[in-house]
Amino acid sequence: MTEHMLTIDGQRIPFTEGQTIIEAATAAGVYIPHLCHNPEFKPHGSCKLCTVKVNGRNCSACTFPAADGQEVLNNTQELNETRRTITQMLFIEGNHFCPSCEKSGNCQLQAVGYYLNMLDAHFPFFYPSREVDASHQEVMLDRDRCILCELCVRASRDVDGKNVFALSGRGINSHLIVNSTTGKLKDTDISVDDKAVHVCPVGAILIKRKGFEVPIGERIYDGQDIGQVSLEHEMPIVEEAEHGR
Amino acid sequence: MAGKIKVATTSLAGCFGCHMSFLDIDERILALAEIAEFDRSPLTDIKHCSDQVDIGLVEGGLCNAENVHTLREFRESCKILVAVGACAINGGLPAMRNHIPLQECLEESYLDAVGVENPQIPNDVELPLLLNKVHPIHEVVKVDYFLPGCPPSADVFWKFLTDLASGAEPSLPYELVHYD
Repeated sequence: MTEHMLTIDGQRIPFTEGQTIIEAATAAGVYIPHLCHNPEFKPHGSCKLCTVKVNGRNCSACTFPAADGQEVLNNTQELNETRRTITQMLFIEGNHFCPSCEKSGNCQLQAVGYYLNMLDAHFPFFYPSREVDASHQEVMLDRDRCILCELCVRASRDVDGKNVFALSGRGINSHLIVNSTTGKLKDTDISVDDKAVHVCPVGAILIKRKGFEVPIGERIYDGQDIGQVSLEHEMPIVEEAEHGR
Repeated sequence: MAGKIKVATTSLAGCFGCHMSFLDIDERILALAEIAEFDRSPLTDIKHCSDQVDIGLVEGGLCNAENVHTLREFRESCKILVAVGACAINGGLPAMRNHIPLQECLEESYLDAVGVENPQIPNDVELPLLLNKVHPIHEVVKVDYFLPGCPPSADVFWKFLTDLASGAEPSLPYELVHYD
């Protein structure tokens, strides 16, 4: 059997049939920045941070299938500048006040900003009005910080089997809704052990009374950048899926 | 020594934390004083910029009309304008009032708050008018550089100023970039 091969930034990367470009890259130890992608879930392809050039065309690495002979560009100045712009737009479309957020230091949006050397948001801020749902005893929903990645939607539907979350509205009015008669978290059957509660890449879904437990200096991204952390965490997941294929 | 770099600083809607962090460069301020002099700054108590300032460091966002006036004067006087800290860059904590109508903010603070005596909303003519929303400074003037952090660490100030003084394009390595 001949091995399937593509190249990323000139480096030869093997892949198995059915893998996406980001899965092949992760398995080979190549980091492609991403937010809405999580190898435990079906790809969503919405944040566009993982945009790579495949044979000269922009594609989302999390949804695009790997194929023999593809020439993929990933860690280029042009792509990283585009990714920085995308990250800046995520910041101005929400209310991301890192100094007062208990996710700070453990937040993937923030860590991607650091990784891309984002020093400002460039665009004027929207400061949208977003509702906080603190109704549940143990779980907190702060829509100000939501980046609409739908990881909680996918986790609640596909893993927890509870369908607690969905997206609603369009454009700047897009927001996370909660599946209960009152629209409040307290009237759902969500619990702290649910996957949906643990999968949020930002500080939108938090477990109460856990904020600031880890001191500054010991948080996830204080010592390592998101590229290192992401590969460490996601490589085993992709490899396991590969063996099961 | 002639030809020292002129540095001006100001705090708009900020907490002076960025200024305090700047002073955390500690004894390095002596080396800085060899090549730079402070112009308008809360540190010198000089109230207005001289004609040509080389570097203007702005802490804080814009929450009232006076902030906007000061910022525009700074922009006119400074060759290089720098947004320092979270508030100057994204409005920071003061901008967390942005989703609450201004009238409600004032009523909550001055009329309805616990322990308020003689409740009244201040309206002395000398008080600068509040803006409806708090804004970062890049929405009003051209900003040349940004130093993120709440506050940016002393090393961030030091790296930035020494880069500029040596004629290099300022850059912040990964470990100096923080939003908190």
